[in-house]
Amino acid sequence: MKKSKVDIKEYSDVWVIGELIDGNISPVTLQLINVGKKLANKLNKNTIVVIVGYGEKDRVTKLLNYGVDKVLYIEHKILRNFNVMGYTEAIYKLIEERKPEIVLFGATSMARDIAPRLAAKLDTGLTSDCIKLDIDERDGKLLRTKQGLGGNLITTTICPRNRPQMSTLIPNIYRPANYNEKIFGQVEIINPEILCEDYKVKFIKKIPLEDKKVNLADAKIIVSGGRGLGEPSGFKLIRQLADTLGGIVGASRAAVEAGWIDSRHQVGKTGTIVRPDLYIACGISGAFQHQSGIYDSKCIIAINKDPYAPIFKICDFGIVGDLYEVIPALIEEINKKQQRYFDNFP
Amino acid sequence: MRRIIVCIKQVPETDKIGIKQEKGTLIRENIENIMNPYDKNALEEALIIKDKFDAEVIVITMGPPQAVDVLKEAISMGADEGVLINDEAFSGSDTLATSKVLAAAINKIADYSIIFCGQKAIDGGTAQVGPQIAELLNLPQVTNVKDIKIKGNKLEIVKATEDGAYLLETETPILLTTTTEINNPRSPTMMGINKAYGENGNKRISILSGKDLNINPKEVGLEGSPTNIYDFCMSKKSKTSEMIEGNKAKEKASILINKLSELNYI
Repeated sequence: MKKSKVDIKEYSDVWVIGELIDGNISPVTLQLINVGKKLANKLNKNTIVVIVGYGEKDRVTKLLNYGVDKVLYIEHKILRNFNVMGYTEAIYKLIEERKPEIVLFGATSMARDIAPRLAAKLDTGLTSDCIKLDIDERDGKLLRTKQGLGGNLITTTICPRNRPQMSTLIPNIYRPANYNEKIFGQVEIINPEILCEDYKVKFIKKIPLEDKKVNLADAKIIVSGGRGLGEPSGFKLIRQLADTLGGIVGASRAAVEAGWIDSRHQVGKTGTIVRPDLYIACGISGAFQHQSGIYDSKCIIAINKDPYAPIFKICDFGIVGDLYEVIPALIEEINKKQQRYFDNFP
Repeated sequence: MRRIIVCIKQVPETDKIGIKQEKGTLIRENIENIMNPYDKNALEEALIIKDKFDAEVIVITMGPPQAVDVLKEAISMGADEGVLINDEAFSGSDTLATSKVLAAAINKIADYSIIFCGQKAIDGGTAQVGPQIAELLNLPQVTNVKDIKIKGNKLEIVKATEDGAYLLETETPILLTTTTEINNPRSPTMMGINKAYGENGNKRISILSGKDLNINPKEVGLEGSPTNIYDFCMSKKSKTSEMIEGNKAKEKASILINKLSELNYI
């Protein structure tokens, strides 16, 4: 398994492993292109997007509008639906042949399946769930920064002797690459030789989510509840405040683990990373994994009984008090304000 | 179903780790080492299959001698045997080096139908070891499993993803990682506690070293790990928080809403 010493000079270019979701380019792919281009500029190398699929050439071509130098489209009938071993094998062969210096993934279900396998096959280092990627200006190595120990520790890793340097990036931390009418790159279609048609795991069907997706990642206003609600019915009050503000309901890990609310509402490093304009944390003490998931909110409001709750150290405005008194008072004040607004309307 | 291997990890209870604000150092006092909570779902699923099909459940862990505690806990919950993989040469291993060691141990144990791993570990949280073991053993895998039905030689599996679930059909041998939704891990039983900690408890534990597994020390530990630590620091945020003062909830609410309105947030 162990390869003989790798000549790192043979490796060049920054690869982004893109994803299509139901035929559309996934948002994280565009975010990765943005990061990939920044890294490639520092190294003076090309940014290349790799996409695996079947019958999607038109959509794949649109990636050129985001300023990439090349799109490598691996196309094969049996890669129409995602399968772990097929995708791994196809990308592995291309990496071995073309030797990219850096390979980036979004921290998505697909990448969680294939990136570790690729790293093991290539005998190289993968740092997953990064929050920041940069280049060491002294020697051009990829610096991969992530949180550890429940968010308490920020660690930066390198992969000094092995190639490619691999990383998965948490979605919604970086902005997407800009769309540009002018294109300069091209699409190269790769028809891989798939040796094994039987990958043992057979796709039967997709089971759609029962209700509509809770889109925390793009929400402008989020009102979240935590253990301080005391009981599941507390989320009714949270929803009332969210509805009054036109926002979305979020929750802490503790509230989700207590079974009070569906896990899709979970905000934090272990749930969804959010960056709303307004984040209102009600009865959330502020574990580090929660704090790191709301860090980029423009304005954080904390309501908590405990004046020493850590959330008060990172909020913009804090109210010490019983949320069952404070939230109804807030709703009343907001309604009053809106009423005044309408009253003044000619 | 013959034999099921469950990979578990001993981790510090990270939720209790905090930062001493004045010094910026980790609070480590009274932090206990526990079985990684995600691994309990993996173990529970193995035990459910054991109860139905009379399979044998072996738990394995790589770690220092005190990691034997999590093996004993697993046996007290119903596992049959525990294997501790311990060698000085393994310390400092990154995920890939760890996966190589675990894969070598699994190869030695052999004859398995399913390998279970937890979704991730609360301390490292890389979620890489499961898929890497599968790759090194050339096995198929399904991660984030939230339901398993065994139908003869086939497994019907529901995998959770961001945009819905997938129904998959597969066969053994296979590596599976579990979600927390899949089950509610059981507590140890009196009989289990006796089995693990009683007179013959130690007979259920075996210890493997690098030599037992024919592992080249250069391929594991710090030297054999492709990923190196470059830098680390404590996470902290300096922000000025304004506390809203007032006598009653109503007064505080009014002040806050006026401020938010001035700042155009509402």
